[in-house]
Amino acid sequence: MSSKPPIISIEGVTKRFGDHAAVDDVSLTINEGEFFALLGPSGCGKTTLLRMLAGFETPTEGTIRIDGKDTDGVPPNRRPVNMVFQSYAVFPHMSVADNVAYGLKIDGVAKAERDRRVEEALALVQLEGFGGRMPDQMSGGQRQRVALARALAKRPRVLLLDEPLSALDAKLREAMRFELASLQHKVGITFVMVTHDQDEALALATRCAVMERGRLIQLATPSDLYEFPNSRFVADFIGTVNMVEGTLKTDNPTEAIIATKELGDVYIDHAVLGNEGATLYLALRPEKISLFRRDGVVPPKLEDCPEGYNVVAGVIDHIAYLGSESVFKVILTNGRQMLVIRPNLTRWDQEDFVEEQPVWLSWHACAPAVLAG
Amino acid sequence: MSGENWRQERKTLLATLGPPLFWLTLFFLVPLAVVWAYSFGRNVGLTEIEISGTFANYAQAIQPLYLGIFFKSIVMAAACTVICLVAGFPVALAITFAPDKVKAWLLLAVMLPFWTNLLIRTYALIAVLRDEGYINLTLGWIWKQVGLVLNVPPFVPLEMLHNNPAVLFGLVYVHLPFMVLPLYAALDRLDRSLIEASLDLGAGHFRTMMQVVVPLALPGILSGVLITFIPALGAYLTPDLLGGPDSQMIANVIERQFKRANDWPFGAALSFLLLYLTFVMVAVQALIQRRRGAR
Repeated sequence: MSSKPPIISIEGVTKRFGDHAAVDDVSLTINEGEFFALLGPSGCGKTTLLRMLAGFETPTEGTIRIDGKDTDGVPPNRRPVNMVFQSYAVFPHMSVADNVAYGLKIDGVAKAERDRRVEEALALVQLEGFGGRMPDQMSGGQRQRVALARALAKRPRVLLLDEPLSALDAKLREAMRFELASLQHKVGITFVMVTHDQDEALALATRCAVMERGRLIQLATPSDLYEFPNSRFVADFIGTVNMVEGTLKTDNPTEAIIATKELGDVYIDHAVLGNEGATLYLALRPEKISLFRRDGVVPPKLEDCPEGYNVVAGVIDHIAYLGSESVFKVILTNGRQMLVIRPNLTRWDQEDFVEEQPVWLSWHACAPAVLAG
Repeated sequence: MSGENWRQERKTLLATLGPPLFWLTLFFLVPLAVVWAYSFGRNVGLTEIEISGTFANYAQAIQPLYLGIFFKSIVMAAACTVICLVAGFPVALAITFAPDKVKAWLLLAVMLPFWTNLLIRTYALIAVLRDEGYINLTLGWIWKQVGLVLNVPPFVPLEMLHNNPAVLFGLVYVHLPFMVLPLYAALDRLDRSLIEASLDLGAGHFRTMMQVVVPLALPGILSGVLITFIPALGAYLTPDLLGGPDSQMIANVIERQFKRANDWPFGAALSFLLLYLTFVMVAVQALIQRRRGAR
């Protein structure tokens, strides 16, 4: 536990619109200096939660504290937070410099100091010398930088970002992703971002809260979300996954066997701690499955491949070659479809595997995440 | 193939544009041209007008007497426009931010008088404002109740009809929808997140209104002003029915030339002066819009 109190603490917050609970009893804390992501499909309540932090919505129940102070009844213009809107909301009738200076003027910052801080903020987002331009003379990416500079110029305690990268094209999005991360590092302000894009959240955030239908499902670091999802929803929402249903057959302190219809008995090298006969789900990531050519009928031995605890036979149905890796759609003998991702480590790697090729799929005993629901 | 299509489309274009163009030419442009020609003519008999190319009618029209009435009309229309703007802006704002269900009803409430005959509305106003009208009846009743306990002089009805305030009241009443609708259209188009961004950056509601909402709604405000001012300037029925002897506006003078005075050439000249005035205002508005667009 860090000694610093959290910058934001959300305690049992519920927001109802009529009968519908957009946010349903969410509690979480965000620490100073964090890059925090609220992640979930559209309509999961993440934007409503962000708007409650900004003060545009008021919680029906629960308390939001920012910097230790209860925000109940505090209007948006009195909160130490600033927001970068999804549509950027750059004032079209003001120059770039006037946009950035808008909040500073309201704060009564003197002209000389204001000009200096406007320049500083524009430099921060690499828009030096653009102060005199009008927003309609700028590209979408540049307008977003203006919105960022305008919010950062106020030196808020927390910067709120609503789907910051969603409106940019793919190339720019990737570049902006790195830039946002380095920007946050430079200014040291707590960033809270809303996104439906799991790549964005994984790449940027120090911690993510995954939400579904108003509820907080899992709060974890990006790698924990991916490797240790707590539910089928999270496993499915973050990245791609092969989900297999099974029942717990044996459960020892050091190993477990889960009987599945589609993959046979799956060997796990740790305890599952469930009741025998209970229904469980195996979440098996495509890149954690190894592919071997199946020229004979004998599966590869454990000595040949360390991950060979679990082996099934299949035929390559389709290959999506993505350059750095290839995605294989493999049809098992029982008809079940499995996705396998294999990095193209050498320039002739992919030649071994062609469509219609019979293959063995194998995975390590600790590869699947075992989920109860 | 494409040539064929083009020819076909030209036929379609002609078929759709033809009848309205024909209608407009025959029943708008031609009569307008006739009246324009009359403005350069003189009466030679009871019904005969000779188009002599004289500017005498225009010379008469810019005499102080008529210029004074023009000026008065402009003042009345301007006052009406300002009141409509001040009263209409909050209404438009309220409609914009009303929940969707309520919005439709509020818009209907604004439109409803629009669909009612002007004459009926004006007589209804008379029924409200006249000496034995609803306002005076109510005030008189209150006065009588007061008289039961206090010793007060007998009630004298307020004179609210047949004077300039009555005309202004009527003009505002008639023209308010003209202002509210363009304002609403402009405000409704406004990106809500701009307002939220202003609040987020620390501005209060009044500052947000003055620095973000009003500047961005300016095109709508301008067209609302124009759309209100022009018909108010040419108002005829309102000053005729609600006004007193000193509240005639230019349209009343024009009407008198065509009817009682039977001086069509002079009426035509006055009409066209009014039309030119309108052109100038539309041109000014277009110029402002273009400058805003060019920036």
